[in-house]
Amino acid sequence: MATARPVRAGLSGPAAASRDPVESFVRRHRSRPLEALPWLIAIACYFAFPDYDALGAQIFATILFALSLDLVLGYAGIVTLGHAAFFGTGAYAAGLLAAHGWGEPLTGLCIAAIVAGLLGLATGALILRTTGLSLLMQTLVVSVMLYEAANKARPITGGDDGLQGMQVWPIFGRLPFDLFGRTAYWYCLAILFLGWLMARQIVHSAFGRSLVGMRENPARMHALGAPVGRRRLILYTIAAALAGIAGALIAQITQVVGLSSLGLDRSGAVLIMLIIGGVGRLYGAFIGVPLYMIAQDRFAELDPTEWYFWIGLLMVLVVLFARGGVLGLVQSRLRQ
Amino acid sequence: MAQILSAALSIGFHGLAFAMVLYLISVGLSVTMGLMGFVNLAHGVFAMAGGYVMTGLMSRLGLPFALALAIAVTGVALASVVFERLLYRRFYGGAELDQVLLTMGLIFISVAVAKHFFGSQAQAMQPPLALSGRIDLAGRDFPAYRGFLILCGAALVTALWLGLERTRFGAQIRAAVDNLRMAQSVGIDTSLLFTFAFALGSGLAALGGGLGADILAIDPNYALENLVYFLIVVAVGGLGSIRGPFLAALLLGIGDTAFKYLLPEFGAFFIYAIAMGILLWRPRGLFGRA
Amino acid sequence: MTSLLETSGLSKSFGALVVANGIDFRLEAGARHALIGPNGAGKTSFVNLVSGVLHPSAGSILLDGNDVTALPQAARVKRGLVRTFQISALFRNLSVIEHVTLAIAERTGVAGDLIRPAGRHRAVVEEAFAVLETLGLAEDALRPVSELPYGRQRLTEIAVALGLAPKVLLLDEPAAGVPAGESGVIIDVVERLPPDIAVLIIEHDMDLVFRLARRITVMVQGTVLAEGTPQDIAADPRVRQVYLGEHGPR
Repeated sequence: MATARPVRAGLSGPAAASRDPVESFVRRHRSRPLEALPWLIAIACYFAFPDYDALGAQIFATILFALSLDLVLGYAGIVTLGHAAFFGTGAYAAGLLAAHGWGEPLTGLCIAAIVAGLLGLATGALILRTTGLSLLMQTLVVSVMLYEAANKARPITGGDDGLQGMQVWPIFGRLPFDLFGRTAYWYCLAILFLGWLMARQIVHSAFGRSLVGMRENPARMHALGAPVGRRRLILYTIAAALAGIAGALIAQITQVVGLSSLGLDRSGAVLIMLIIGGVGRLYGAFIGVPLYMIAQDRFAELDPTEWYFWIGLLMVLVVLFARGGVLGLVQSRLRQ
Repeated sequence: MAQILSAALSIGFHGLAFAMVLYLISVGLSVTMGLMGFVNLAHGVFAMAGGYVMTGLMSRLGLPFALALAIAVTGVALASVVFERLLYRRFYGGAELDQVLLTMGLIFISVAVAKHFFGSQAQAMQPPLALSGRIDLAGRDFPAYRGFLILCGAALVTALWLGLERTRFGAQIRAAVDNLRMAQSVGIDTSLLFTFAFALGSGLAALGGGLGADILAIDPNYALENLVYFLIVVAVGGLGSIRGPFLAALLLGIGDTAFKYLLPEFGAFFIYAIAMGILLWRPRGLFGRA
Repeated sequence: MTSLLETSGLSKSFGALVVANGIDFRLEAGARHALIGPNGAGKTSFVNLVSGVLHPSAGSILLDGNDVTALPQAARVKRGLVRTFQISALFRNLSVIEHVTLAIAERTGVAGDLIRPAGRHRAVVEEAFAVLETLGLAEDALRPVSELPYGRQRLTEIAVALGLAPKVLLLDEPAAGVPAGESGVIIDVVERLPPDIAVLIIEHDMDLVFRLARRITVMVQGTVLAEGTPQDIAADPRVRQVYLGEHGPR
């Protein structure tokens, strides 16, 4: 059936390539100049806002967390209220290592990724068989179980006082973590960059495209012969590992781990950040997280209760009027 | 031996009271989710509102218990109709994520509003004199109010079930939960049905919130704190079912009380594990449609 | 002639409701077979059973001599048993060419690749484009399917099925819901399907059936009422009775 292609014959040269549907489809994944923007901004901010390194580092780690959620939610279409389970597991893994004598940060990250990834694999294998409310509930229950376990296992985790006594060694033996957060800033930015490369690769790969199919119409994907369950599980595991790395980053740069890293609040907050930026568009995390965290930092002087009110109101308004978040609004403007 | 029996009685009694409160609050949520296909995480807000209105009327206006409760229930039910008509109904049968986000936003707003008007302290609830005091069961002392809760709960549950079986309204709800399109083609005004069902569910939640103010403390974080329990009752019981959540509430209420009494070092862990196990075994819930 | 697809005693009931009652059916390579019957006869249920969406209560399904009764849908697709859907089951926001590349990627095993960008698998994209060309969809390649007229969406369904290189193709009412002006294209496409594929079409439109089919099976209430050439069926009094003279070759 693959024979001469009359539509394309007679076209040649780079100008013709943009008219050729096959060429433009093949080139979809190529980097666009605009994609360098977040990194340039991050580098610029280091020099422009020298007193905010610590906040910046936390923002980068949280972007990684939100990015991992975007893979699960935006691309695989799995609605989860318990993604913090992996974040917190990574945080406690790295924290426990550092508190018990092994403070090397990079291996700490690796181990956190492995532990969180294994948790993702184990829970995913159990719960991803269902959909809808049952799945939502199960993600919630996993997260709440871990919270309760961490809460009650005081001798190990410090319970609601948090894990104390972390000693994180300097990176490569030479770059120490200090109160100013300079090392933390570049550390988190670098790890975020690597995580982002991975996420971008997955999203543009054939695997990633098949996930989009599964999100849009799972029944059809079965009819295409796709191993839907297996693919979703692989993605869930990878996303869990990335979330674990994000948790470990926060643990290492703040040198403390609390129960809040596992709680429903954390899962809810990262979900909000992602929605504000825009789900399923890869860059939603890069917009939503800084907006939320910088606003929260400003609001910290005000009553935290007021913060709840405005965030709640924002969510209601976003769902009603700007479902695609900031990126969605930008996209619809561009279409006009 | 006597000690074991005594402990069992205590667990059973307090657990049953807890179960009644959980059921009254959650049954409306089961109907909302099963009938309208709407994941209403903010359902606990109605329970909280019922609790606040009732305790507020009692403490600030000195109204008697029963009257304050009645006003709270009708007030919340009417207010819920406004929510349903203006906001919720756009999302019926829609994307789950949208519903989750919307109702989470509403919870957050409710936390802030409650804190603003009522402060962070839990609202104290004084049961009427006739119901305070203690009763004696098999040699142990129990708060009379909890006994009242159990009896009241049992009466309400019976009324609810009879209403569902015997009235036309109940028949319509059962038909619509079973097969919405069929119900519509038979001439049932599902739009009106939804509103009534929603109001009933919210009213019951307010009732549960008010009656149960002594078990589930009325504070600004109410809807968030108790969210998991309400959802467990509904998910384990089965969406759209009226009986399923009752069994789930019994399991959760008595089980939670038992575990916290016998194994306090583990807290709610085992209850969550059991709920998880049931959901893995029966994803649609114990009485849910397969 | 060995049969590519064979069902023996295929049955399915939901409690008291019997949707398939001991269906024996054969499809040879190169077949052009139509399945007709009144509404509720169980035609789509039959396709669901054969494709693996429904699990039978009894009976067996053989694909190219192998028993596939216990295999899930995806496994049957991998062995060449492909179906289309009566109501278009497409990915609303994806482009036409993306639909077919997804299918081809699954077939060739490329879809499991996490690392290389999808576009790098040129052969997949080129094959997809070629399929679109044979179906006349090439100029819509990059448009999202939701923007296409319904007739062309139905064509996309067929394009996706062809991308899976089927040995047995089950077309569930390919022209259903398509405006009269657009259905001619679909009929052409079905006529021009590769001759070695075994094709089973469910259809209500008798003109289409008598034009396309070399053999017809008539189903009523989950059982096979009659089977034969179009002339046999047109002459069969039982078939006439079932249709009460509403349809028939004109």
